[in-house]
Amino acid sequence: MKEKKISFQAFICISILLIFVIILENISMIFPSLPQIFAPTSPLFTVLKKAAVYSLVAVSMNLLNGFTGLFSLGQAGFMLLGAYTYAILTVPSAMKEQVYYLFGGCAFEFSLLDMFEGIFGSAGFGGAVSMILACLIAIILAGCVAGLFAYFIGIPVLRLKSDYLAIATLGFAEILRAIFQWQKLGKVTNGANMIKGFPTFSSFNITDASGNTVLRLSTFVPFLISALCILIIVLLIHSSYGRAFKAIRDDEVAAEAMGVSLFKHKMLSFVISSFFAGVGGALFAMYVANAQAKAFTSVMTYEILLIVVIGGIGSVSGSVIATFLYVACSEWWLRFLDSEQYVGAIKIPLLRNGFRMVVFSVVIMVIVLFFSQGIMGNREISIGALFKKRTPRAERKQ
Amino acid sequence: MSEEVLKIADLQVSYGGIEAVRGISFDVKAGEIVTLIGANGAGKSSTLRTISGLVKPASGKVIFDGEDITGKDPTAIVSKGLMMVPEGRRIFPNLTVLENLKIGAYLRKDDLESDIERVYGYFPRLRERSWQEGGTLSGGEQQMLAVGRALMGRPKLLMMDEPSLGLAPIVVQDIFEIIRQIHAAGTTVLLIEQNANMALHVADRAYVIENGKIAMEGTGSELLSDEKVRAAYLGTTAN
Repeated sequence: MKEKKISFQAFICISILLIFVIILENISMIFPSLPQIFAPTSPLFTVLKKAAVYSLVAVSMNLLNGFTGLFSLGQAGFMLLGAYTYAILTVPSAMKEQVYYLFGGCAFEFSLLDMFEGIFGSAGFGGAVSMILACLIAIILAGCVAGLFAYFIGIPVLRLKSDYLAIATLGFAEILRAIFQWQKLGKVTNGANMIKGFPTFSSFNITDASGNTVLRLSTFVPFLISALCILIIVLLIHSSYGRAFKAIRDDEVAAEAMGVSLFKHKMLSFVISSFFAGVGGALFAMYVANAQAKAFTSVMTYEILLIVVIGGIGSVSGSVIATFLYVACSEWWLRFLDSEQYVGAIKIPLLRNGFRMVVFSVVIMVIVLFFSQGIMGNREISIGALFKKRTPRAERKQ
Repeated sequence: MSEEVLKIADLQVSYGGIEAVRGISFDVKAGEIVTLIGANGAGKSSTLRTISGLVKPASGKVIFDGEDITGKDPTAIVSKGLMMVPEGRRIFPNLTVLENLKIGAYLRKDDLESDIERVYGYFPRLRERSWQEGGTLSGGEQQMLAVGRALMGRPKLLMMDEPSLGLAPIVVQDIFEIIRQIHAAGTTVLLIEQNANMALHVADRAYVIENGKIAMEGTGSELLSDEKVRAAYLGTTAN
C-alpha cells in the first residue's frame, strides 16, 4: 500500500516537472517582455537539454558503479554506438548523398524516417507521427545495439575485477572510437566526418503552416525520455534484481553463497546500463545535432564519472542533481571566468580564456577531498518526506 | 531418522599445490546436528566452502539428498536446499536488515511473509531493527542476521562456519541456544567450530579434523570426555 502511494506521488512529481518544463520553454512567446533568460536561445535551455541527456547517462553509470559495484569506464563507447545507430537509421535517404559526399553515398540506404513517412505521409499530422515513431524506434534500437555489444564484451571482461575491469572497458571505448573514425568504413560511419541531417530536439517544436513555432517542445522531449528511462532504472533498483545487484556490491562471496549467480547478474546490470548509455548517446546526438566519434572521448566518461561521484555513488537523485549543477556550472555559471572582466576601470586579474577550467578543477578537488560522500551519499530524496506525510528518519529509529 | 542428507566421500581440496583437505569422508543424517572441530588451518572451512560450491574439489564426491553435487555452481546447490552461514558473518552492510533477509530467499519465488515472521520470532531484535542497515548492527546482531538470512532459504541442511567467531561468551551462548531451537524445529545442522566446548555440547555427533584429515569421530559427549580432545581443544587436562 505504502509503496503504491509513494510511486503515485513520484508520478505526480514527474508530471508536474514535465509540465513546468513546457511552460518554461514557451513562456517567452506568451510574454515577450520577459528577461532575456527565458528566450529560447538563452543558455538556460542549453543547460536543461544537455543536463537531461547527461543525467540519464550518469544514472546508467551509477547503476553499474554505484549499485552493482562494477567499476566500468566504457560509458562513452556505448554512447557512441547509440549515437551512430540513431544517426544512421534516421538520416533521410535524400540527405545521405550530401552527408556522405566524401565517400560517394552511404552503403546503408534505409531510413526509418522515410519508411514511416511512406506510411503516414510527410506533412502535417502524418509527418509528426512518422517522425515520433522513427525517432522512438531509432532510440530504442540505439540502446539495443549498445546492449548487444555490452553482452559480447561482457563475456570476457566481466570476469575481471575492479581496476582491471575499468581499464578493459576504457580500452574498449577507445577502440570503438578509432574504428568509427576509420576511413575504410566511411560508407557506413562517414569516417572522421560528422553525420547530420537527422531529426534533432528542435524538430519536435510544433510549427504552423508558415513555419512559425506554435509550441516549443525541444527541451520537453529530452526531459520526457530521460525521466522515463530513469524511472525504469529506479524500478529495476527497487526490484529483487536490484537487491541482488546491491548484495553483489556489498559482498560478492556472501551473495554467491546465497545463490545469487554473480556472472548472470553482473551481465544483466552491464547490459542494462549500456542500453541506457546507448539511449543517452542517441539523445546526445540529437542535442548536438550531429554524430561524430571525436566527441565520445574518455574525457566524456570522466565527466560523467565526476558527476556520479559528486552526486554520491549509489544515489539516483544525487546523480540527477549533480548533473544539473555540473552542466550549469560548466556551460553557464562559470562562463564569465573565460572572458576579461572589468570592475570600473580595473581589470580583474587572471580572468582569461581557459581560467574556467582551473576554477572548476579546484572546486572538484575540494568536493572530492572534503565531501567524498558527494551531495547525497547513498541516500535518496524521499518524495514522501517532501510531502511531509511520512518521516522515514523517525521510522528508522526503531 | 537415519536417512543421510549429506555424504562426503574422500574429499580432497588443494589451493595451487597446497593440500588443504586430504581425503575427508563423513556424513550428516536427517535431523542431526553434526559438528566439525579442529584448529586453524585444519581444513574445516575449505571443506564447507567445497560443499557449498564456492571452491571446486580436486577429487572426491559430495552427495546431497541422494544427488551428486560435486563441483556444481553455488546457485544450483543453494536451490537444492543447502544454505551456508559464511565465516565472519558477511552480511550485506549497506542493505537493510529486511533486504538482507530477502536476499537469503533470492531463489525462492513463493511468498516470504511467513518465513520473515519465523526469523523475527527467533530473533526479536532483528524485527526492531528491520529498517536499519546491516553494517550498523553489533557483532552479535550481525551473526543473528547471518543465521536468519540463511534460514530464509528454507534449508534442508544449514551449514554454519564458526558462528562464535569474535563474539562475547554470553552472545555465543545465545547463538548456540538459537541453533538448538532451529534444530528442534526440524532443520539439520552442520556446524564448524573452534569453540569445541560449546559445539560438542550441542552436537549429536562430531568429527575432529587435523591436517586435512579426520582424526577422530564420535558422539558429542564421547568426544567431550575423550582425553586427547580435552587436552588439545578444551584446554583442560585430564584429572
